[in-house]
Amino acid sequence: MILCFSAQITYHIKIMATDLENKMETMIGAKALMKALEKEGVKEVFGLPGGANLPMYDEFARCDIRHILTRHEQSAAHMADGFGRVSRKPGVCFATSGPGATNILTGIATAQADSAPMVAVTGQVPVAMIGRDAFQESDIIGMANPVVKYAFQPRDAKEIPEVVRKGFFIAETGRPGPVLIDIPKDVQQNEAEMVFPDEFKIRGYHPWTDPDMVNIEKAITMLLSAEKPVILAGGGTIISSAFAELQALAELLMIPVVTTFKGKGAFPENHPLALGPIGMHGHAEANKIMTEADCVLAIGTRFSDRSVGTFEEFEKRLKIIHMDVDPAEIGKNQTTSVAVVGDVRASLRIMVKMLMQKAVKQTEENIWIKHVKETKTYWQENLKLHPGEMGAAKILRKLRELLPHQSIVTTEVGQHQMWASLFFDVIQPGTFFSSTGLGTMGWGFPAAIGAKVAKPDVAVVDIAGDGSFAMTENSLATAVLEDIPVIVFVLNNFTLGMVAQWQRTFYDRRMIGVDQGKYCPDYVKLAESYGAQGIRAESMDELDRAIKSALSSDVATVIDIPIDPEEDVLPFVAPGTSLGDMVLPS
Amino acid sequence: MWAILSLLVENKPGILFKVTHLFRSRNFNIDSISVGVTENPEYSRMTITTYGDEKQVEQIVKQLDKMIDTIEVKHLDEHKTVYRELSIFKIKLSNANDSMEINKLANAYGGKVHDVKKDSIMVELTATPDQIAAFEELAAPFGIIDVARTGVAALQRSGA
Repeated sequence: MILCFSAQITYHIKIMATDLENKMETMIGAKALMKALEKEGVKEVFGLPGGANLPMYDEFARCDIRHILTRHEQSAAHMADGFGRVSRKPGVCFATSGPGATNILTGIATAQADSAPMVAVTGQVPVAMIGRDAFQESDIIGMANPVVKYAFQPRDAKEIPEVVRKGFFIAETGRPGPVLIDIPKDVQQNEAEMVFPDEFKIRGYHPWTDPDMVNIEKAITMLLSAEKPVILAGGGTIISSAFAELQALAELLMIPVVTTFKGKGAFPENHPLALGPIGMHGHAEANKIMTEADCVLAIGTRFSDRSVGTFEEFEKRLKIIHMDVDPAEIGKNQTTSVAVVGDVRASLRIMVKMLMQKAVKQTEENIWIKHVKETKTYWQENLKLHPGEMGAAKILRKLRELLPHQSIVTTEVGQHQMWASLFFDVIQPGTFFSSTGLGTMGWGFPAAIGAKVAKPDVAVVDIAGDGSFAMTENSLATAVLEDIPVIVFVLNNFTLGMVAQWQRTFYDRRMIGVDQGKYCPDYVKLAESYGAQGIRAESMDELDRAIKSALSSDVATVIDIPIDPEEDVLPFVAPGTSLGDMVLPS
Repeated sequence: MWAILSLLVENKPGILFKVTHLFRSRNFNIDSISVGVTENPEYSRMTITTYGDEKQVEQIVKQLDKMIDTIEVKHLDEHKTVYRELSIFKIKLSNANDSMEINKLANAYGGKVHDVKKDSIMVELTATPDQIAAFEELAAPFGIIDVARTGVAALQRSGA
């Protein structure tokens, strides 16, 4: 076997620039940074200043970029992440050296795990101080290496314009991801003759491949000959906005669509062919159909353990067609029958076109699709829900009822997140975002703020739990002072609920380290102390009023909804088992 | 299986760190690694040998190729490749005949003898890892004091 990937590719990127602007200009590194950001179309930067990035901060006084001050660098990174996922352009965050830089690491790792475009800019100690354990020095390039798509550390001010151009290009092309630019303080301060390049070379980066016609053809043959085909749409479907193509394919061939959790909302969840997410806390009907299928078209997914359960079980039963922009995902977790490498939207478009040329259209409901619909109806009618008035399903369905479909929803991480997966239907594709890969508690609220900055005209709601919200609740200051009115929807069980559920299930109810204390803090008062609106909703009527009030409010609102701490998220596929071993509510 | 990977990478600081870090973080093992600048000073050539089944090796190659600093990544077919490793052995001399015996052994493997002292001798041997292992086995009874090995350097034969 000889695998040979050779590429010497030069990208010719034309940026909108007049000849005049192209001429060399003498300026300091920090000014060049801001100018380069402006050229990338950056309007907002999320961040927090410190000693080593003061030269950059000083430039905010002389440019049109808005600075949005956060209370913690991790939140700045999550805001940039939320902004990036919604706008599909890299969100930008700034942090200082040392602890500022280490604080954004969790945010960078979160963006990397979920392939979100981001450019993080950190200050660094002056070049001559690097390696001497200077005050607030950290080797952030070394630390960040495994969790970034790429990292730059310009050592000369004149490198900055090209580094920024390359950084944005890398962050947003191919499989998106976070890029770190670490700039020593003297490099920010030094003057240089700056050239803002139209062209640049990245020899070892080849994010685009031509559509793989041969394998697309093979995939079509395989799909058409399958008796029980399923489409599994992953996060890549959302990243590439392949919504129309996915729907066209599913409708053309009458194939049911399940998603991964990250792919939730790649396909309208009220569509007759939609079964919702599979996985550890997938929909019963989705897991059920997945275990019965004989062929899966997997689009933009890495077959995460949380989605497919045990890998061996999954691939034993199924012919897998895998479409992904990242060739390294092919065969990483699952052995595939057919691999289609390339942008999934382009590949799906070709697939649909080929099918239309062949005049293939499934109009009759076959046995499989009838069975799929019966299964769906059965579980929608028979899944046992919490009997109380304020059960998670009822609460989230109420939110869905009142929230316009174009609203953006983020989540924190925990039980509420999985309830959102189960009970909050995403109708308009690409409006639901969550920290699905790294599972970062505290992500949802700052990400919602970033999302609202990207799309100020739609309502943005963070479906939260009390444990997760506590991690970045100080972003209320940013939401209020920067006038970014998002809604935090807290399902408050006064507990680290998911951990508690595992302790109830696997550790014989020994509840260790999960009690959050009743109203500690009181989220209504906490919200009010920041100048936000705080509303407690203890009944469906109160919830109805609270949501309506939040939607019409021009300040950020926290809705605190006390729920039963004993409510479990079900169905549940225990770790290390397969989707067929789903535990149902009894 | 044993695999020889040949990487053409940007000749910039920090690339070796990134490559070795990738092996660590993806749970792959490096058997040997050698690095040197190429005829074009903008590039370095890294030769890495590793063990894994075919699927693992394919995954290593893909992950390495995904790295932005790698220009080219090849899994070399060892039958179509010239690959050698430099090793230096320091061997104990206990008996009067040892020096001569070791000289003969070194000659048989195409090695060179250096630094002959009263109680030790050094042998420089450039060979394949298998040949070096065979030499080591035969030299062991004399008592090996130290060994330094460079790791494999490899280039594919023309037309292969």
